[in-house]
Amino acid sequence: MLAVIAAASLFTAVLFGTLSLSVVQVFDGLFFPVPGIVQDVVWKLRLPRAMAAFACGGLLAASGVLLQVLLRNPLADPYILGISGGAALGALGALLLGAGVAFTNLAALTGALGAIAIVFALSFRAGDWNLHRLLLTGVVLSAGFSALISLTLVLAPQAQLKGMLFWLMGDLSHAGASGVAWVLLALVVLIFTAFSGSLNALTLGALKARALGVAVGALQAALYFGAALATVAAVMLGGSIGFVGLMVPHALRLSGVNDHRRLLPASVLGGGSFVALADTFARTVWAPQQLPVGVFTALLGVPVLLFLLSRKP
Amino acid sequence: MLRVEQLTISAGGRTLCRDLDLAVAPGELWAVLGCNGSGKSTLLHTLAGLAPAATGRITLAGKPLADYSRRELGRTLGILLQGEPREFWGTLRDYVMLGRYPHAHLSFGWSAPDEEAAARALAAFDLEPLAARPCGTLSGGEFQRARLAQLSAQNPRLLLLDEPLQHLDLRHQLQALEWVRAAVRRGERAAVLVLHDLTFAGRCDRVLMLHGDGRFAAGTAAALLEAGRLENLYGCRVRAFGSGPDAHFVPVI
Repeated sequence: MLAVIAAASLFTAVLFGTLSLSVVQVFDGLFFPVPGIVQDVVWKLRLPRAMAAFACGGLLAASGVLLQVLLRNPLADPYILGISGGAALGALGALLLGAGVAFTNLAALTGALGAIAIVFALSFRAGDWNLHRLLLTGVVLSAGFSALISLTLVLAPQAQLKGMLFWLMGDLSHAGASGVAWVLLALVVLIFTAFSGSLNALTLGALKARALGVAVGALQAALYFGAALATVAAVMLGGSIGFVGLMVPHALRLSGVNDHRRLLPASVLGGGSFVALADTFARTVWAPQQLPVGVFTALLGVPVLLFLLSRKP
Repeated sequence: MLRVEQLTISAGGRTLCRDLDLAVAPGELWAVLGCNGSGKSTLLHTLAGLAPAATGRITLAGKPLADYSRRELGRTLGILLQGEPREFWGTLRDYVMLGRYPHAHLSFGWSAPDEEAAARALAAFDLEPLAARPCGTLSGGEFQRARLAQLSAQNPRLLLLDEPLQHLDLRHQLQALEWVRAAVRRGERAAVLVLHDLTFAGRCDRVLMLHGDGRFAAGTAAALLEAGRLENLYGCRVRAFGSGPDAHFVPVI
């Protein structure tokens, strides 16, 4: 059912926009393209954007699932380890210097990888993971980054401020080709679904999982780097889109999907559809003005999650 | 089955047990006795490869413990931890199924033999009526039986049980002990139980007493279970009623 929702959300994302198209036009444009404005809008503008949005949401949701298993903490989300903070600091620094899109992306990537390396180096000592230290290091590092980001925002000239705010709130209008992100998304889903039995066992705690025969150290390292890379790829596409990585897995759990064999693929489809739809809202509601998609992920997601939480089990 | 040579274990800067030599043969049931903090759980963790040994050698089924892969070890040896987090995402059946982890081909879900082993384990501990319940809603004793059932589904050759009888009512204490005895009697299996119940310790073949200061005593239950040794071990007055395998030991209140 989620696969149908996912396809429908992509179709919806292609359907709506400044240039109004009918369902038939979009269908023809997608499957029987003839050169012209419809084909250009569908294939060059809306589909790439929708695909980027979907990949971004899928990666964030997958990263959330992996980190919630790794840290055994329901509050874990893709940004808890300081990755988005590092990326944002890099991007904002580049924007402050007046850099173009390519250099901004490079700076964001450098910042994100730097944050991953720092957190890993500080929390992994002599072959032993200390998950409390991992969590606290990530949180402390995030706090440091957010202070530096505030400083950058205060010092930034008025002209660059809006671009910076969009970056921070999550924005897909500058998302480029999402091929790499899709490859990474497919790898993450395939690998960790294949190891879903190990993820299920790890939810019992590291000691118990080892007693059952799980190679816990290797699994934790794989979870950390899998989640980190997924987050980096998502942040490179859409900036810091909040709420998806934390809430999509929880919404599915509250709906009764708990086994990681189903939870991980379902989260990816759910997260992808969610961001694709939110992005469609973001670029159509106030058209031609585009709004940051991060605002809509929260505005759409909060009521849904509050409803699920208030339901009787 | 299990051979321990010159094992020294320490925790918190104290040496709990010095130069321990131990040989657990197939078909044997061992009881480990000692005060709180005397190193019983640490010893079990060390034997299960969950904690490093300061010195000494541990050989399991003819092969050094360090040479086992984690999964292979999970098929050979199973440990009931003293405690574990109660929150779990699934039902009691999901929980017991995880005992099959070291046997399963994980990418393709559970196989029919895995399902059958879990069903037998549920039946063995009267858990079938509760199988669909979320783990979080079980009582302490029910969850303890679920943990034992998970271990039963894992079906290892060496069972290490840390206080297996905690939270259990009298009938289920007997049931748990009978399960261990039956598993061991089936041959090629052995079990080591950390116990505080001297009546059940008396039903084991052999006893290991840990004094917590490096000293230990190992021998047959008949030789070691007597009032004087127990008073020395626990540091309180103990009275014995009866003798031989029917002996009962009661603290003097």
